[in-house]
Amino acid sequence: MKKFQVDQNGYYGKFGGAYVPEMLFANVEELRIRYLDILNDSSFQNEFHALLKHYVGRPTPLYFAGRISDKYNTRIYLKREDLNHTGAHKINNTIGQIILAGRLGKNKIVAETGAGQHGVATATVCALTGLECTVYMGKLDMERQKPNVERMKMLGARVVPVLSGNQTLKDATNEAMRHWINNPEDTHYIIGSVVGPHPYPDMVARFQSVISEEIKTQLFEQESRENPDYVIACVGGGSNAAGAFYHYLECEEVVLIAVEAAGKGITTGQSAATIALGAEGVLHGSKSIIMQTDDGQIVEPYSISAGLDYPGIGPLHAHLSERGRVEFTHVTDKEALKAALELAQLEGIIPALESAHALAILSKLDLKKSDLVVVNLSGRGDKDMDTYIRFINKEK
Amino acid sequence: MNQIEVITNKIEDLFYRRKKRILSVYFTAGYPKIDATATIITNLEQSGVDLIEIGIPFSDPVADGDTIQHSNHVALKNGMTIRMLFDQLRDIRNRVEIPLIMMSYLNPVYKYGIEKFCKKCHEIGIDGLIIPDLPLYEFETKYKAVFDSFNMKFIMLVTPQTDNERIRKIDFLTGGFIYLVSSTSTTGSKGKISNEQMQYFKRIHDLRLNNPLLVGFGIGNKESFVNACQYTAGAIIGSAFIRAVSKSDDLKASVSSFIKSIKA
Ligand SMILES: Cc1ncc(COP(=O)(O)O)c(C=O)c1O
Repeated sequence: MKKFQVDQNGYYGKFGGAYVPEMLFANVEELRIRYLDILNDSSFQNEFHALLKHYVGRPTPLYFAGRISDKYNTRIYLKREDLNHTGAHKINNTIGQIILAGRLGKNKIVAETGAGQHGVATATVCALTGLECTVYMGKLDMERQKPNVERMKMLGARVVPVLSGNQTLKDATNEAMRHWINNPEDTHYIIGSVVGPHPYPDMVARFQSVISEEIKTQLFEQESRENPDYVIACVGGGSNAAGAFYHYLECEEVVLIAVEAAGKGITTGQSAATIALGAEGVLHGSKSIIMQTDDGQIVEPYSISAGLDYPGIGPLHAHLSERGRVEFTHVTDKEALKAALELAQLEGIIPALESAHALAILSKLDLKKSDLVVVNLSGRGDKDMDTYIRFINKEK
Repeated sequence: MNQIEVITNKIEDLFYRRKKRILSVYFTAGYPKIDATATIITNLEQSGVDLIEIGIPFSDPVADGDTIQHSNHVALKNGMTIRMLFDQLRDIRNRVEIPLIMMSYLNPVYKYGIEKFCKKCHEIGIDGLIIPDLPLYEFETKYKAVFDSFNMKFIMLVTPQTDNERIRKIDFLTGGFIYLVSSTSTTGSKGKISNEQMQYFKRIHDLRLNNPLLVGFGIGNKESFVNACQYTAGAIIGSAFIRAVSKSDDLKASVSSFIKSIKA
């Protein structure tokens, strides 16, 4: 169970590490030293699992999607992370990190958000525990994910618009890091994906690993086997994918597929498909694959989906891709929109635009009738209704 | 290289000759104009600045406040690249004597190739590097030998949160000077230096480290400069200098009048 785990020094193969300026060293080091003890403590585990059960509503269903299965002539299960409280997988991580923040004695929280799902999940756990919450969000993302901005505000969070760069997730992450530099003592930074300096990628992956833990049990109940033939997830920074893959990483017979956002197409210059377009580099505290110019400047990414609109990817995924354990692929805005509409009309489920990217790959796979496919439905589409309505009106 | 040549480093020379009131200035290459680099460097030296930090602009400068974020953004828009900067600095050693330091976030240097970067800096006559997001562990285990082989001082930051054990380790592993970050913050001028900050400077001073100390972040006028110098060898001015040259048509005049205002 070691091959794809982080090593002693915070690396997955050559990716990872903690590339932070000295201003953040003390905080990151404290986390590094303490996170495993805190997480492995039974009182932490009890609190974490009780909240996941009674507050978040876990376990989320593993639903056999009959009509989509018929359409693709195979057997498709949806892992319903969209049914979590707040509507996405993001809350698995924020529940874990808010308990951790308490153990660390922090009374303020800062977070970045793209789609707003992580922001809402963070604002939610802050309300739950009475901690002060500041969320940085790119101005473009505030416009395209407006309902989530309103939710965060109602939950009592301060939402700060970010005006630099393309005004999206990368820029919000820069600003959250600056906030942490300026407030190191009382503030914990709840990173929303398996990115950032060690130990964040490992810590977030552990919190999200509940997804594959449940898939194993639920699949066994329904199919008398723990392992499907495929697990499919979308990837922004990679947290829902890390969670859905986690307990299958060492089961080499399970094909793991990660779907990135191609935006308008990977050759158009308007894309966020990091594995397809990136190169080795250092961004937001870890060495990974990032989209960059020959001069080492970060390329502004593009995707219709705010949660996938990021020029990097977690170091675990860079490693999994390099080792060939996970197959990375990508779908365009348009393919994702079509897949969202299809799921809505065949199954009565409106997925998040992010999750729609995972669904869109189904039509491109060579699936057998007997194959068992699990798609991680990372979130629901309420936040994306404006975008969907515009798409539907245009298609008419 | 001539075998009997004594290898010296201009940063070491400076601190050997002078112990007090050393003034270092940071600027972003490519700002306010793409071709301002040599003009700024020569005029800083003529105005009596002791040491210069040449900033390589980066798209995502997380340790910087608004002013330097802006100068990075403009410099990149102006078309500045590492290769262009090296070209502009090709014969800078025919024009200035004072120590020169390159400051960059890690990714542009990493992409260029760390060894190749050090080699090029050495050829040009650069004396040290500041790479804020290259942590001590990585430096020690992967890059120290490379830096040493090119006589390139690696200068690290120390903050109010850095504990003594780590400060001593930084002191042992790095060279040139220690960059004492004045408070827990991103770059940018805040005006006055508080008593608490003075206590912190004294605390580090009293550790009697091997390397001299320069205070940076939030030093923007004569008063803060003088205060920062009380327990240290000197201070570094960044954002305030960037603002001073931001709107200038006459770079030469604005550089010299700003430095005068600090040294007066
Ligand atoms: C529903 C949903 N899925 C996926 C993502 C992408 O993040 P990650 O790759 O970390 O799962 C987001 C991010 O906001 C999201 O809201």
